[in-house]
Amino acid sequence: MEKLDRVEAIDKDRVAHVALLSRLALTDEEIEQFAGELTKVVGHLNKLAELDLDDVPMTSHAIPMSNVFRPDAARPGLPTAEALANAPEQEDDCFKVPQII
Amino acid sequence: MSLKTARDLAAALAAGETTSREVTEKYLAAIESLNPTLNAYITTLADEALAAAEASDGRRKTGQTLSPLDGVPIAIKDNICTRGVKTTCASKMLEEFRPPYNATVVTKLEASGLINLGKVNMDEFAMGSSTEHSHVGPSRNPWNPNFVPGGSSGGSAVAVAAGMAPWSLGSDTGGSIRQPASFCGIVGLKPTYGRVSRYGLVAFASSLDQIGPLSVDVQDAALLLEVIAGHDDRDSTSSSQPTEKYTEALVGAKALDGLKVARPVEFFETEGIDPEVSAACEKALQTMKDAGATIVDVKMPHAEEYSVSTYYVLATAEASSNLARYDGAHYGYREPGTQNIVEMFSKTRAAGFGAEVKRRIMLGTFVLSAETFDAYYRRAAKARTLIQKDYAEALEKADVIFAPTAPSPAFKFGDKTADPLTMYLSDIFTLSLNLAGYCGISLPIGHSEGGLPIGAQLFGGAFQESKLLASAHGLEEALGIANRRAATLAAV
Repeated sequence: MEKLDRVEAIDKDRVAHVALLSRLALTDEEIEQFAGELTKVVGHLNKLAELDLDDVPMTSHAIPMSNVFRPDAARPGLPTAEALANAPEQEDDCFKVPQII
Repeated sequence: MSLKTARDLAAALAAGETTSREVTEKYLAAIESLNPTLNAYITTLADEALAAAEASDGRRKTGQTLSPLDGVPIAIKDNICTRGVKTTCASKMLEEFRPPYNATVVTKLEASGLINLGKVNMDEFAMGSSTEHSHVGPSRNPWNPNFVPGGSSGGSAVAVAAGMAPWSLGSDTGGSIRQPASFCGIVGLKPTYGRVSRYGLVAFASSLDQIGPLSVDVQDAALLLEVIAGHDDRDSTSSSQPTEKYTEALVGAKALDGLKVARPVEFFETEGIDPEVSAACEKALQTMKDAGATIVDVKMPHAEEYSVSTYYVLATAEASSNLARYDGAHYGYREPGTQNIVEMFSKTRAAGFGAEVKRRIMLGTFVLSAETFDAYYRRAAKARTLIQKDYAEALEKADVIFAPTAPSPAFKFGDKTADPLTMYLSDIFTLSLNLAGYCGISLPIGHSEGGLPIGAQLFGGAFQESKLLASAHGLEEALGIANRRAATLAAV
């Protein structure tokens, strides 16, 4: 897809597309509402375009850490019954979900 | 009239003046009488707390206390996992969720003998500044129940300010400990990123989230930080920097003598800042000066102006990824009657999440999409570097930074819910600290004419909690207004 330098308005088509990516089954009213609200929020986010950022590195974590290791020692995992205790549906010690394919 | 501090309770227990059972009963009675109005607790653990209190009293009788705090109660934000006890995140999605394990901070509280009174209210998944986004309805400000308590750790703040717990744990991703502490007239500490383990904290924005104490004064905040701080091999982002005896750093008002305090000019020139907040801040700065501190004006050109735009790109991006796990498959809510897996995911998430959580997932998905990633996510991650540089440079010129906590005292219910951007802009003074990763604290500095508390923040460098807490304690002592109980509750 073509890269955009900024988005001025989040129209209903874009809301519907993002909702699909987000796996959110929104109603038509929600799509309409989010289009207006997110347009306003993105209008503020566009402030970022004011900054000269060409030579600035990205920060993903404030306190940098690398190569974090812990001893490779075995420890007990969650017993099946406890892992399944919160399951909405289960069968034969497995999580049960509707048809996948 | 003042509230009981946790250390007062610990001293009374040690002196044999009271028992943990008696103390716990008093707090449970306060919860019973006040919670119907203030809605601080989602889950109250009356039976469990009394049983734990009796066990603590038993240990004390035989001289086997687990720590000096053994038997002191506490409230815990409902996004911190408690084994077998509902941890709902104030969401329909996790309404019935009982974690099979304890967060590391909960393990540490138990190891010190603290008594869990219950789980307290918040904005759904910690997304909000007023608790108005809670699935179980908002908490109310004990100073005036027509006003919000702040958020997202609103229940944690209300519980302490109203005497329904001596102290509490909250979480702070963009001000969620400091802003409600300020609105409720108490102290709230956001430790340095990595100082406290996030294991068992339900993730919102993993590079920003941090657990911390809310308390009636700075000494209690330092005491609770001593309990929860430290490295944890279950959280690879927790720091192995040694912890300190934070309470030992507190020396009263003399900490201000010779202290260099940075005053970031942009924070005080913010459009729309309430004149009463500005005046209270200037008075606090003058108090510090009178006690021997030097005030240095510094420029932090990005930390104020670009904090909202940077934060709401990065935090929502991380949230959209973290909240992808709520799909109805393994735990949490599932929409009944769906025919295939994608329909199950989409309808479960549509029914299980409230409007603000959906908005942030949508925004985060938008800024991470291929065509907009460069324009938003990449730019925000670079702007974060500039914000962090603002903090580092200010702290080269000073020991701590002083700033307001919020542009106004607590606002009224409904004032900011119609327009999400207005709510986001109310976080303008707290967001940048999380982006920088440093530590900060909010403490009461005065009251508005309407009788609502006003708070201010001090920021310190990475892992400089001792210096931060000593400075805050100095200011608290010099102002002499810590631990004032809400007049509306004085009779309770």
